[in-house]
Amino acid sequence: MINFDDVSKIFGDGDHRTAAVEDLTIEIPTGKITVFVGPSGCGKTTSLRMINRMIEPTSGTVLIDGVDTRSIDAPKLRRGIGYVIQNAGLFPHRTVLDNVATVPVLEGQSRKAARAVAAELLERVGLPGEMGRRYPAQLSGGQQQRVGVARALAADPPVMLMDEPFSAVDPVVRAQLQDEFTRLQADLGKTIVFVTHDIDEAVKLGDAIAVFAVGGRLAQYATPAEVLSHPADDFVADYVGRDRGYRALSFTVAGNLPVHDEPTLRLRSTGDSSLIPPDAAPGEPYWVLVVDDARQPRGWVDARRDTGGRPLDLDDLVLGGSLVGPQSSLRTALDAALSSPSGRGVAIDADGRVTGTVEARDVLDAIERARVAQGVLDGAEPPAASARTGDADQAAAAVLS
Amino acid sequence: MNWNWLNRNTDQILSWLLAHLWLAALPTLLGLLLALPLGALAFRYRWSYATLITLAGLLYTIPSLALFVVLPGILGTRILNPLNVVVALTLYTLALLVRVVADALDSVPPLVRQSATAMGYRPIRSLITVQLPLAVPVIGAGLRVAAVSNVSLVSVAALLGVPQLGQLFLVGFQLDFYTPIIAGIVLCLLVAGVFDTIILVAVRIATPWTRAVSHR
Repeated sequence: MINFDDVSKIFGDGDHRTAAVEDLTIEIPTGKITVFVGPSGCGKTTSLRMINRMIEPTSGTVLIDGVDTRSIDAPKLRRGIGYVIQNAGLFPHRTVLDNVATVPVLEGQSRKAARAVAAELLERVGLPGEMGRRYPAQLSGGQQQRVGVARALAADPPVMLMDEPFSAVDPVVRAQLQDEFTRLQADLGKTIVFVTHDIDEAVKLGDAIAVFAVGGRLAQYATPAEVLSHPADDFVADYVGRDRGYRALSFTVAGNLPVHDEPTLRLRSTGDSSLIPPDAAPGEPYWVLVVDDARQPRGWVDARRDTGGRPLDLDDLVLGGSLVGPQSSLRTALDAALSSPSGRGVAIDADGRVTGTVEARDVLDAIERARVAQGVLDGAEPPAASARTGDADQAAAAVLS
Repeated sequence: MNWNWLNRNTDQILSWLLAHLWLAALPTLLGLLLALPLGALAFRYRWSYATLITLAGLLYTIPSLALFVVLPGILGTRILNPLNVVVALTLYTLALLVRVVADALDSVPPLVRQSATAMGYRPIRSLITVQLPLAVPVIGAGLRVAAVSNVSLVSVAALLGVPQLGQLFLVGFQLDFYTPIIAGIVLCLLVAGVFDTIILVAVRIATPWTRAVSHR
């Protein structure tokens, strides 16, 4: 557990004093991801750096498991706290392996032992072992970030601080890193403080979110669902954005949506116009789902399009959008329907095989049902930290109010 | 070119060459060793940067001949003592390199420095094992200038009678005879070339990561 007890940080002096953080009191739970989110200049990074004393508070105390951090020698304190810095901040003159081995070596471990641990960690974050011999400049941005995470984990610290670790990579890689990070944390259960300015990232990763306002004021500290459904004030409402209602759908598993049968065509088969029912509107495209040999969805093809008897290949397909899996949220389900050329979202089972399609109106019905459930539960407590994702009707109810 | 003259004086020229080598090399090394801590100081503390850089600039404007003449008085050495030359050139090297070292350390990305702090490095260890190695390419470039300029400055000391390649120029001017002057210039260029190559190779060995190209 990390406690900020009435912590302030004032930069400058005389007439040029600016408060980066003001009277911050917050309790950060053990084993959870707590996200500090807010616009630039809100003091979120300053707050983060006061935990490992890279910045000393002007007043107040920061405690880790009840121990005042000022009572611990700063470099020693820092070795016990993993730190993932923006852009990875790797040492360009050391190989990847030696970068990961940094803290164990500082702690007096032999280079050989530290490298052995480092090699294991590289695999843990999804990098092949031979990459350890390279220099950071030889890695892509996403790979560098992974090395940064491995380096922070090397001494197996109970606490990790992450300062916008995924902000410098492209959106696709970022989503990948976020997913891997979530899986890693499920295994490790570290106490993590994560700084970002991206509210989507905060909602996706956080067990709890602390929204900071400019001037270092803590505007709200709650679960992601609570922040989206009950913003504490205008600032938070504005910061989480206009589409927060839609975004909040992420917290409800689509669960028992009706799945309709969907005729499919095999890739490399020849088109079959007999799939077009006689009552289909003439002249408009008639979309048919195409699957591969493993019955995994590959895209949609217009059955009216004349392929001249040539077998279907990937070039003929219009790609669909999101897929609805067993654990997908209402948001994904709605997006799957809206992003598919046919208007029908592809539903898959746990192995990725097509089970049928879902329609937008069914998703909207499910949303309506959740609203009704909310009426039943009105007056109930806001969701606890554990109700982050999952089947919780309670979470859905709170979200959709 | 009078090859006979060169042949007759080979031994003398070789001993001057040797003297020239160490008179130029030693101050370059000493100057670097002194510039590292002072440059680090100038980098670390803003107030000391302006002071140290100004002092270094002033030092560098003192004419070398004047310094060669004044130093024996300060050091209590005889005027012919090569120590005067070593001290004077060390000061010049130091003056040149303090700024180079400070700026080289400043060229290390702040993120890398912060990262070292966040990992739990103490300031001195961070400086020696993270920041200095990364500053090597810039320091190396400055060192090449200092080394080459020392090679030419040493010859000025010939006016005081300290034996080295500069003597060839004196002999040439006194006899109005070009062979020793040409030989002196060629040998000085050779010495400078050797120093330059040694520094280049040393920097190359110390910075394998700068040649690591992307595999992406």
